[in-house]
Amino acid sequence: MKPPTQRLERVEAWGMSSSSVAYLYKPSSVDGILEAFAEARSLGKTIALKGAGNSYGDAFQNAENVVIDLSRMTRVLKYDPVEGLITCEPGATIRDIWRYVIGDGWWPPVVSGTSHVTIGGALAANIHGKNNVHAGPIGEHVVSFDLLLPSGQVVHCDPLTEPELFYSVMGSFGLLGVIVSATLRLKRVHSGQLNVEAIAVKSLTSAFEVFESRADRHDYIVGWIDAFASGSRCGRGLIHVADYAEEGEDPHPEESLRVEAQQLPDTFGGWLARSKLWRIMRPFVRPSGMRLVNYAKCVGAKREHGKQYKQSLVAFNFLLDSAPNWKWSYRPGALIQYQSFIPKENASVAFERIITLSQDRGLVPYLAVMKRHRSDSFLLSHAVDGYSLALDFHVTRKNQERVKELTRALDDIVLANQGKFYFAKDSTLIQGGAKLFLGEDLVDRFTALKKRLDPEAILQTELSKRVFGEFESAAAQLSPDDENAEPMR
Amino acid sequence: MIKPDWQYAMVIGASSGVGEQIARQLAATGCRVALVARREDRVRKISMDINGPSLHLAVPFAHDVLDFTNASTHFDHVVQDLGGLDIVFYAAGVMRRVGPTEYDIEKDQTIVETNLIGAMAWLNPAAKRFERAKAGVIVGIGSVSGDRGRRGNPAYAASKAGLECYLESLRNRLAQLGVSVVTVKPGPILTEMTAALGKQPMMIPAERAAELIIKAAKKSNKTVYVPGRWWLVSRILRAIPSVLFRRLRI
Repeated sequence: MKPPTQRLERVEAWGMSSSSVAYLYKPSSVDGILEAFAEARSLGKTIALKGAGNSYGDAFQNAENVVIDLSRMTRVLKYDPVEGLITCEPGATIRDIWRYVIGDGWWPPVVSGTSHVTIGGALAANIHGKNNVHAGPIGEHVVSFDLLLPSGQVVHCDPLTEPELFYSVMGSFGLLGVIVSATLRLKRVHSGQLNVEAIAVKSLTSAFEVFESRADRHDYIVGWIDAFASGSRCGRGLIHVADYAEEGEDPHPEESLRVEAQQLPDTFGGWLARSKLWRIMRPFVRPSGMRLVNYAKCVGAKREHGKQYKQSLVAFNFLLDSAPNWKWSYRPGALIQYQSFIPKENASVAFERIITLSQDRGLVPYLAVMKRHRSDSFLLSHAVDGYSLALDFHVTRKNQERVKELTRALDDIVLANQGKFYFAKDSTLIQGGAKLFLGEDLVDRFTALKKRLDPEAILQTELSKRVFGEFESAAAQLSPDDENAEPMR
Repeated sequence: MIKPDWQYAMVIGASSGVGEQIARQLAATGCRVALVARREDRVRKISMDINGPSLHLAVPFAHDVLDFTNASTHFDHVVQDLGGLDIVFYAAGVMRRVGPTEYDIEKDQTIVETNLIGAMAWLNPAAKRFERAKAGVIVGIGSVSGDRGRRGNPAYAASKAGLECYLESLRNRLAQLGVSVVTVKPGPILTEMTAALGKQPMMIPAERAAELIIKAAKKSNKTVYVPGRWWLVSRILRAIPSVLFRRLRI
């Protein structure tokens, strides 16, 4: 079969740090997915699954092969406003869902920093939010999902009937099958607003103290850190805690639970178009500019310290949406996020070493965010009972080699502290890196399961090739190609 | 997006001369190169020479550029086997000796078909792919001969002038999409093709020409003379009015 060149499209990492060309299929039904599988087979190509393409790295890339983009499958299939259950297709985004349910007093129980991720992608990455320490990852709120296996069979997975699939598929980045619908248990909210409190911290030690004393008490907790500050000020920043309103606390919940009441205004400060904010940020995207921005935020933090205020669910949760396409401010370079998850006993030492090393190498992350986590029972889990530190690095043509070297060195720190990585963010882990933090046994278990569900190894991505190595199809193992032959075409 | 260095290249007309040198030099930088040419044994030999015992950088493909109808299918195959494509060089070209009073349509046809139609057959699918990929570099090897219709070889000059115009059109189509199209216009290069011409003014070896061509492909999105001094010569030649030009024995 002739490759369908009209389907060729560039698929770019969200952080713009890498891209590749692939045959892109955008089915709008399960039949469409099956057709794409059939075509990929006849072309002898592998398949990567893609949602909204919000993973920072190469999770949905598959160079010169097939990428199935599920973002057209956006239907809500079933909704129970009494029980708070919603069943939707994989392409429905978190934004679609919250807008659908908020009027009835429901909210997605776990959301990412942007609302543009699809539910299929969210499950594939098993995303977490700022409430991870209490709510766990999104997978813990999934009632069931339908999984389309590469064989064409659809399996209904829930924790009771298919526990192995249920706990393995979520977090496996689309390497085991296609989630074609999922049912999510929603969170009851009694107001569209959260009670937020800001706490300024002067050092990493005090940041940890605040997290330790506050994390248990609040629904949400997230810390911003000025990664430019060094010495005794290293780790200074601003922590936000937030709580859902109690029943009856908001006298008119129907007001704040309107979609319109949640929506961010189009302008910032009443005059500056949000869609153009990235242009204003752009001149600051350089070490000197970002040092200034971080410093200004610290000054602001002192003023904000101790303040308690109300903020809409959307404004608090989807901070990354407040400046649409903010990543463009990193152009012509790109950004990568380096997020490490460290057990609580080692976190403070490890984070200090990570920040200090970045500073020593002259590659200070422009944004650093700290979160509290707990472990969960999913097979490929990034979670630990501890903390995560997410660092946004600016990558340019000039510094890319140095950034790579730095991330290698940071990997050593993370691994020495029994830390973990998160594939949705990762773009730097070395070849075969999954074994380093998940352990050989676990990766072997995953590989065995993959072999069972996807014997021809048709589901592969650039990420999977990088962190797991290329999966071999069962057929190829039986008749290995003669590698020395150099055929003439 | 940070554009990575070229990982996959295709050289059409890689069995000798400039094409061969371009392929060798690209492979030396770690780039995977498809060597496309009519002479199967030669591209295979060059590929083996490049790869040595351990490398898998050069991949030979046999194709006669005069087989226009199958070029697009071959192009797809090559890209598939290569694993991607960042840059394509059309270096296939022929020059037949033509006497001052000779008007041989068969010779002319071969020249135009190899130098121009073959380029279209291979670069059209490349343009289509790069258009979709929103990146890529197309390099066509023209010639200073295309600048004026000199007495010597009408069909060769016409083919190179036509190629330049075709590449300019591609450039104008693709510039907005981040695809660059580079027209390289070398002066005489010491190759098999030009061996019969004897010594020529400002002649450079193929290795040097390939170096300059790769450099031009990295930097520009326009017409580049190789070596650069031909730009001045060409300016002067082009400035000569036709009535005078016909009296000159050049």
